[in-house]
Amino acid sequence: MKKTAPFYTNDIEQIEAEIFNASRRDFLKLGSILSGGLILGVSFWSCDSAGKKTGTLSTTAYLRISDTGEVTIVAHRSEMGQGIRTSLPLVVADELGAEWNAVKIIQAEGDEKKYGNQNTDGSFSIRMFYKPMREAGALAKAMLLQAAAKAWGLPIEELDTENGQVIHKGSDKKAGFGEFAGAASGLAVPKVESLQLKADNQFKLIGKDTPIIDLHDIVTGKAGFGSDARLEGMKIAVIKHCPVTGGTVKSVNDTKAKAIPGVLQVITIKGAGLPATLSKPIAGVAVIAENTWAAIKGREALEVEWDLGPNATYNSEEHIEALKKEITKEGTLRRNRGDFKAARAGAKKVIEHTYVAPYLAHATLEPPCALAVVKDGSCEIWAPTQNPQGARDAVAGYIGLGADKVKVNITLLGGAFGRKSKPDFILEAAWLAKESGHPIKVQWTRDDDIQHDYYHAMSVQHLVATIDENNQLSGWNHHIANPSIGATENPAALQPDDGELMLGASDYPYNVPAIRIETHDAKAHLRIGWLRSVRNIPQAFAICTMMDEVAEARGKDPIDQALELLGEDRNITFAEEMVNGGGYPNYGEDIANYPWNTGRMKAVIERVRKESGWGKQLPKGHGMGFAAHKSFLTYVACVVEVQVDAAKKVTINKVHYAVDCGLAVNTDRVKSQFEGGAQFSTSLAMKSAITVKNGIVEQTNFDGYQLIRMPESPKEIHVHIMERTDKPTGVGEPPVPPYAPALANAIYKASGKRLYQMPMKM
Amino acid sequence: MATYTIQVNGKSHTVEAMEDMPLLWVLRDLLNLPGTKFGCGKALCGACTVHVNGNPVRSCSYPISAVGTASITTIEGLSEQGNHPVQEAWEKLVVPQCGYCQTGQIMTAVALLKQKPNPTDQEIDQAMQGNLCRCGTYNRIKAAIQLAASGKPALP
Repeated sequence: MKKTAPFYTNDIEQIEAEIFNASRRDFLKLGSILSGGLILGVSFWSCDSAGKKTGTLSTTAYLRISDTGEVTIVAHRSEMGQGIRTSLPLVVADELGAEWNAVKIIQAEGDEKKYGNQNTDGSFSIRMFYKPMREAGALAKAMLLQAAAKAWGLPIEELDTENGQVIHKGSDKKAGFGEFAGAASGLAVPKVESLQLKADNQFKLIGKDTPIIDLHDIVTGKAGFGSDARLEGMKIAVIKHCPVTGGTVKSVNDTKAKAIPGVLQVITIKGAGLPATLSKPIAGVAVIAENTWAAIKGREALEVEWDLGPNATYNSEEHIEALKKEITKEGTLRRNRGDFKAARAGAKKVIEHTYVAPYLAHATLEPPCALAVVKDGSCEIWAPTQNPQGARDAVAGYIGLGADKVKVNITLLGGAFGRKSKPDFILEAAWLAKESGHPIKVQWTRDDDIQHDYYHAMSVQHLVATIDENNQLSGWNHHIANPSIGATENPAALQPDDGELMLGASDYPYNVPAIRIETHDAKAHLRIGWLRSVRNIPQAFAICTMMDEVAEARGKDPIDQALELLGEDRNITFAEEMVNGGGYPNYGEDIANYPWNTGRMKAVIERVRKESGWGKQLPKGHGMGFAAHKSFLTYVACVVEVQVDAAKKVTINKVHYAVDCGLAVNTDRVKSQFEGGAQFSTSLAMKSAITVKNGIVEQTNFDGYQLIRMPESPKEIHVHIMERTDKPTGVGEPPVPPYAPALANAIYKASGKRLYQMPMKM
Repeated sequence: MATYTIQVNGKSHTVEAMEDMPLLWVLRDLLNLPGTKFGCGKALCGACTVHVNGNPVRSCSYPISAVGTASITTIEGLSEQGNHPVQEAWEKLVVPQCGYCQTGQIMTAVALLKQKPNPTDQEIDQAMQGNLCRCGTYNRIKAAIQLAASGKPALP
């Protein structure tokens, strides 16, 4: 079984101390010298929050080979179920020729100066770090081989690495890495350009199935999640949060709370007020107690009077109804091709529908939680965070310390999906630790989580498709209204920005002579955030169900139509059609490096058609639906097969995905992300909705906010990975968008009923 | 507050607790057994599942005052080496993603297989429907239960 360093040990601190005290100057030159082993830094480009390279070569992540031959790799991205603690280190190990089962993996603390971007978001860990990780392994290998060549008096060309040993290809001479680690550390570090990377057919780990390193710990209950962090003398805080976004505490009566055995203190948290911001806590009153139950009971006994603020009159259903009236009017033009108005005027047939999707909560199975200790002018945190550097900076600002006085340790994340990008619960822990004088673990309960999320925004969309006298799709008009993520920080943001529009709307890829995309005002009354695949969810739902309807109206098979309208194989762009100063961000990558290629999309569509048995005869009441959608630079096509019985019960029998994510690094984790993506998307397609009445979220737990359970879940999920050698792209989010529309299209084929609202009700 | 002596993983533990303190928090906060997870507090998600006399129980909604002399088993006590056949099946099929719900899933699955050594698909669905997995590992959970039951690989 693979060795993993347990969390909360000093192990990483020791190693880091060795690395950084040994030679700061040398590691900046991509290497360091240390008695007893070889330690290497890897250069990374810094990236902004969207994953775009900002062009500063600044930081490093680490690999150590000790003089006993132990290989230690630092995992610097947050593990939330995507398998990144396994999939990036295995890239280093493969290139190095290490013995994977003997590699030790330790989790980095939050420090982007050392490790490069750690904001684990946007499906970009593999995309951003695949190449630097390969180079890290190759660099260490080159130095070991150089040292071995000298020691053995053999030409370096005759040497290689394998299973943690340097081997001589011409004889059975071999020795462990430890033999050469010391000598290697004294060598000049080769230039990255000089490194010889493995050919694809030499990979032992990349492109294959590798089990996650935390597997045994997870199934035995030993894995360290945020909620499992503990410190001597730690107290628990449970917080009564202001029920309405932006409200504040008016007065507190804590007499009854303090009478609960085990309750120690009651502390008010000021909160952001309005704007709610992406990086401040909600106003609340914390009960500090000896244990979680006492804190929960103490919170129940609190009497708090709130100033609820202007959002106390907000009703989400009224908001949606109002937007439905506005959405068909002329909006702000964002993308324009040809003359849609003329296409509509000359159309033989016009299809138009309004699509509605609700607010969604992330509902990670591990509710937000964080442990903090503030002592001697510094603060240390243990938290399940996607964005440790962001949390560190936010804590420093919030409790008035320099960022160098704040340390953030990253635990395993019990689910994240974008929720744990935000530091609000970590700030609460830091603040309460500072105020109470105790190490504090903040534990959110499920009602805190469901009622105080950074929500996936509800949306109202209107689509108009026109078909001309030659039976061609001649015009496409997409209207969009949703409270914008930007509004959480800046209430003046009333319409989706280019980044939100890019997520499945402005990148509409089909050959239609007239395209018109318009956006409308929608004010934010909750904290708006991002949920796995973000605006792709509603936008792909509307687009891919409408395309199915267009195919039907044209008398075409929807797959044939998609292939036809993608046109010949080529790279397509969108930026030149964006108007009013807008652009097409392409997920933070230069579209020249990561093009939108119609051939690759057509190839996944062809593959899913073949694998799913598309077009086969099905019994009455059964149907297959298709959708294809590119997101986060990954091409996905999906076919869902359902049965709808006389009682309108939907059974999801089969799901087929075809995916082109470039080179698939850990094929088993690519598959598992798609399996899970289908299940995740089943929840939002069929079950989940957040509604707000008088400013208060009406759902509090899994009875009201429902998720898919095993009996209703897709019975079979088949994932077909295209064999590609292109640069790898992400797979965390891309499974989600095409699934819900494929399901809707399948339900239509099985039942004759088109559905325009999520979650879908028969 | 009252004093309780309870049997957990074959050992006797004496704790002082409020009588309505759920077994979950007794295990996590008082006995330092963190493998049992908090998910909802209302017996709606199954993350906190333990065995009480071999039966799966949601420990978040089971007060310590109800435990009495019952024998409690948590994930930490399921097997000496972490090699219960169900744990092994979970590893073989690499079921977990984030892993947070998995100890609860395993405890429910073990209880099912004790009652029904060869469960049908429907029996698995029924037994497991109280355990939520937000990452969506249901297909592999089901396959792992079938694998543990049959000893044969269930996935292609």
